[in-house]
Amino acid sequence: MIRIKCPYCGERDHSEFTYGSDASIEYPNLESNAKDWTEAIFFRKNIYGKQIETWHHTNGCRLWLIIERCTITHKIFSIKPAHPEIHKLLKNQNNI
Amino acid sequence: MTAKRLKDYGKVNQDKILSFTWENKKYFGYKGDSLAASLLANNINIIGRSFKYHRPRGIMSAGVEESGALVTIGKNEYTDPNVRATSQELYEGLIASGQNAFPNVNFDLGYINNYLSRFFAAGFYYKTFMGLPPFEWGKGTKIWMIYEKLIRKAAGMGKASKMPDPDKYEHANEFCDVLIIGSGPSGIAAAVEAANNNLDVILVEQDHVIGGNLLSNSNFDFEEKKYFLQKAGIKVMTRTTAFGLYDNCVAGMIERVNDHFFLPKNNTPRQRFWTIRSKHIILSTGSLERHIAFNNNDIPGVMTVNAARHYLNRYGVLAGEKIIICTNNDSVFETSILLSKAGAKVKVFDIREKIDENTIKKLNTNNVEIEFNKAPLNIQGNKKVESIDIGIKVGNKYKKVNEEECDLVLISGGWSPVIHLLSHRGIKPKWDKENLCFLPSQSSEPITVAGSAAGIWNNDDCEASGIASGLKAANEIGIKTSDYFFPKQGGWKNPIFPLFEIKSNRSRSKSFIDFQHDVTSDDIRLAHREGFVSVEHLKRYTTLGMANDQGKMGNIIGLSIMADLLQKEISEVGTTVFRPPYTPISIGALAGRNVNKHFRPLRVTPLHDWNLENGAKMIETGLYQRPWYYPKNNEKLADAYIREASSVRKTVGLCDVTSLGKISIQGPDSTIFLNKVYSNAFAKLPINKARYGIMLRDDGLVMDDGTSWRLSENEYFMTTSTAHAAKVMLWLEELLQTRWQNLKVHVTSVSEEWAAVSIAGPKSRDTLSLCVEDPNLISNDNLPFMGLTQTKLNNGIPCRIARISFSGELAFEIYTPSDFAYNMMNILWESAKKFDGCLYGLEALGALRIEKGHVTGAELDGRVTIEDVELGKMASDKKSYIGSAMQKRGVLADKDRETLVGIFPRNKSQTFDAGTIICKKNEIKGYGIGRITSVTYSPGLGHWIGLGFIKGGYTEWKNTIVVGADPVRNKEIDLEIVSPHMFDPKGERLHG
Ligand SMILES: [Zn+2]
Repeated sequence: MIRIKCPYCGERDHSEFTYGSDASIEYPNLESNAKDWTEAIFFRKNIYGKQIETWHHTNGCRLWLIIERCTITHKIFSIKPAHPEIHKLLKNQNNI
Repeated sequence: MTAKRLKDYGKVNQDKILSFTWENKKYFGYKGDSLAASLLANNINIIGRSFKYHRPRGIMSAGVEESGALVTIGKNEYTDPNVRATSQELYEGLIASGQNAFPNVNFDLGYINNYLSRFFAAGFYYKTFMGLPPFEWGKGTKIWMIYEKLIRKAAGMGKASKMPDPDKYEHANEFCDVLIIGSGPSGIAAAVEAANNNLDVILVEQDHVIGGNLLSNSNFDFEEKKYFLQKAGIKVMTRTTAFGLYDNCVAGMIERVNDHFFLPKNNTPRQRFWTIRSKHIILSTGSLERHIAFNNNDIPGVMTVNAARHYLNRYGVLAGEKIIICTNNDSVFETSILLSKAGAKVKVFDIREKIDENTIKKLNTNNVEIEFNKAPLNIQGNKKVESIDIGIKVGNKYKKVNEEECDLVLISGGWSPVIHLLSHRGIKPKWDKENLCFLPSQSSEPITVAGSAAGIWNNDDCEASGIASGLKAANEIGIKTSDYFFPKQGGWKNPIFPLFEIKSNRSRSKSFIDFQHDVTSDDIRLAHREGFVSVEHLKRYTTLGMANDQGKMGNIIGLSIMADLLQKEISEVGTTVFRPPYTPISIGALAGRNVNKHFRPLRVTPLHDWNLENGAKMIETGLYQRPWYYPKNNEKLADAYIREASSVRKTVGLCDVTSLGKISIQGPDSTIFLNKVYSNAFAKLPINKARYGIMLRDDGLVMDDGTSWRLSENEYFMTTSTAHAAKVMLWLEELLQTRWQNLKVHVTSVSEEWAAVSIAGPKSRDTLSLCVEDPNLISNDNLPFMGLTQTKLNNGIPCRIARISFSGELAFEIYTPSDFAYNMMNILWESAKKFDGCLYGLEALGALRIEKGHVTGAELDGRVTIEDVELGKMASDKKSYIGSAMQKRGVLADKDRETLVGIFPRNKSQTFDAGTIICKKNEIKGYGIGRITSVTYSPGLGHWIGLGFIKGGYTEWKNTIVVGADPVRNKEIDLEIVSPHMFDPKGERLHG
């Protein structure tokens, strides 16, 4: 079982979370054309090793998180909230 | 085999007598016995019949590796088949019987298979699939159908009950610093060391008492030891098997809470499924003594040497009077002396040329004879051991030199560390030539292997390795400790000699490797001749190691024979992967309490009780219980929903629509946000107006539909479909947190906060007028179509009302905080009754919306575009939104796509079903040209109608008769394709 240390809730089982997708993808603007969007949503890499990905703490604080994880060993290297302002807020709070 | 109970031996309570039933006869044993120990003490030799050949089988071990003494415990719905008698605790009233035998284990007609064994060799299943040579060979077989029934009847072990499992199970969770699996010498030492370093320790033992192999020592006191460990703050869990290891030091365990009672006590569960999350795991899982393959090595009265020692010192049972021990290693000598001292005549045959003088002297002073260069060739006896043929090796073969009369043969072919749990973590073991066993490799995870599981054979070194493991765990967790050293592997005075199989000189021999599946060494050779090379293929072809012992005793013998045939080393052949569970576990324990109604959560609306009190029949939609229909005077569904739908069209109806998803959207950028999320325009929605909206996915297909209400400048109230409520919420959060991080918007699910009722029909405004504080607020002028107001009911209950219609009638949706739901519904229903109104359920709701061609989940199934459902006008071309770039890509823009249509039967008296395929006349094939998604009887039109999709849509087919083909239900019907707006196409009724 993967254990994920949510920056807001603490360490929890992965069953509380929902896997999102590859977090390294930059989604095009809404104005972009179908070709750019096709590139972003269909042509994904099946990464062997360290991957940056999004997870949602669905049965918890409902934060979307950016997690660096090895797809082979499930080892997690880093976790932070996807939203930079929430990230900043929690970092400051944890320092106090 | 002539076993007897000795007064001065064993750790069982010989004052506490328990009675039990074996094969319908009553016997006695003692508290603390395993069933096997009691059977042995009662001189019951034949415990079961083997899988294929129905050969008599007895007790072969004293632990979980048992592959002979498999029994069925309990009766009727409490039947538990394939239980290892060796690890089943005896209890008062236990009922057990043998398996795979007719009429009984002592006289079994199936034994005929023993003489037909050439038909049951390796791969016989596969060969029967292939057909009967020479006539059918390679063409498949027609008589396989007959074979299958016979084989299924003849093969297999215990029979499960076909009745529902009456027992209760539960799930439990625990956390600790160090989880120690196995309570032998190394496990106990590791636990004490870790606890002394202030770590939170759990020590798990599958047996009902702790000690592991220490239980075979006469001076070990398990009660005292357990007390000592608990004093040290260690949580000791007995009767608990760690069956699997998972990522992040998580272990799955089964605790047998009540398997040692006739019935569970005090409402406790039969078994408990534990999930343990730890920081470090120490595997002190011990090792298992191996057999040696030789002819008739399965006759009752053959067991491992260590088993005899356990029966003596743990249970006080001396298993035989004249004992022959065959070995290739040093581990048997202590035991042979113990057995001799207990009164047996013991003789050892050692395959090795010589051993140290000291040991020989010690054996001789204790009346144990020993001979060297000798190996077991063949057991004589039919239902029990009568004598054994002993041979010496001459060249490549063995020559018989002795025949020893005996009643018990003990075998030691070496020891195999229990590395199963490490295998679950993907760690491949390595073959150790010196100790002739697979040893655990280093894991990159915080898992340490201690004691004989790491190939350390003597007791003191096992303890030392336990201490080192405890210190290592503490260090890795971050506690500074003294230095630690792991002892060297091995530890026998004289080296072990490789002896896995004594090849018989007979043409047809039965030397078993896998006792449970009746796999013999000849089967391995046959598989090799037929071209099997990989061990994983060998395993599946011969079924070696695929029984419920998972090859604990026999695997390595099979591998060694294969290595020999391939002229390779065992290290090159490798071993198969062990997967969870380590020992069999009940499906019931995995399910826990998630059974029957608790299989998944049940959601009810705050109007649930009200609905039931008013006679609703409920239906499950997703997790929700929703009113299906409200029968009057024993009406059936069909009559009820047609009446309800007609009432709505004629007067007024009330429907609980609380299950819709509800999301509060707040913040200064809410309008911008909704305008990006929805495909239609939201930029200029005025305050106090609602709008129907469609959301697409990134890939341009429809995700969901619903309404959003503008409550104020910066606040919206969004409703979603019942089915997609959670998905939409997750999606909005994803967009705000990961993509559009500069938007100042908050989304909150308020689905549970609000109860919702739809009031539909020409009399809906009249009904509502009697209920609200100020009826003026809902007049046509003040509340036009898609208008909304926030007001109060006439008893002061706050509410939100919007004029929204799903039925095509003049209609309102009214929301109150959930706590007021019951009260609101009472007021509404009192009022509706005055207008001859009705309550309507999901079935009538469906009928009404199908008549209007409104889509729901049946149509919005994740495969359709906005154009497909004829809502293209809701795709704005003045703005960009999620999915706008992708919705017209490639195939999604095809003119020939299946689009939404209404469907009538040509003959109006006919009915048809959802799921029917639409085909061209006289061309019923393949996927057809369309499909039917929803059907209903239409009270408005007076016949059956449907919604569905057809290539090219309504304009293409409006004058052509097509066929609805339903090959599953064997139906065919002529259909007319009509506009999806089947009832009141101009939408005049909407305005009352
Ligand atoms: Zn969280």
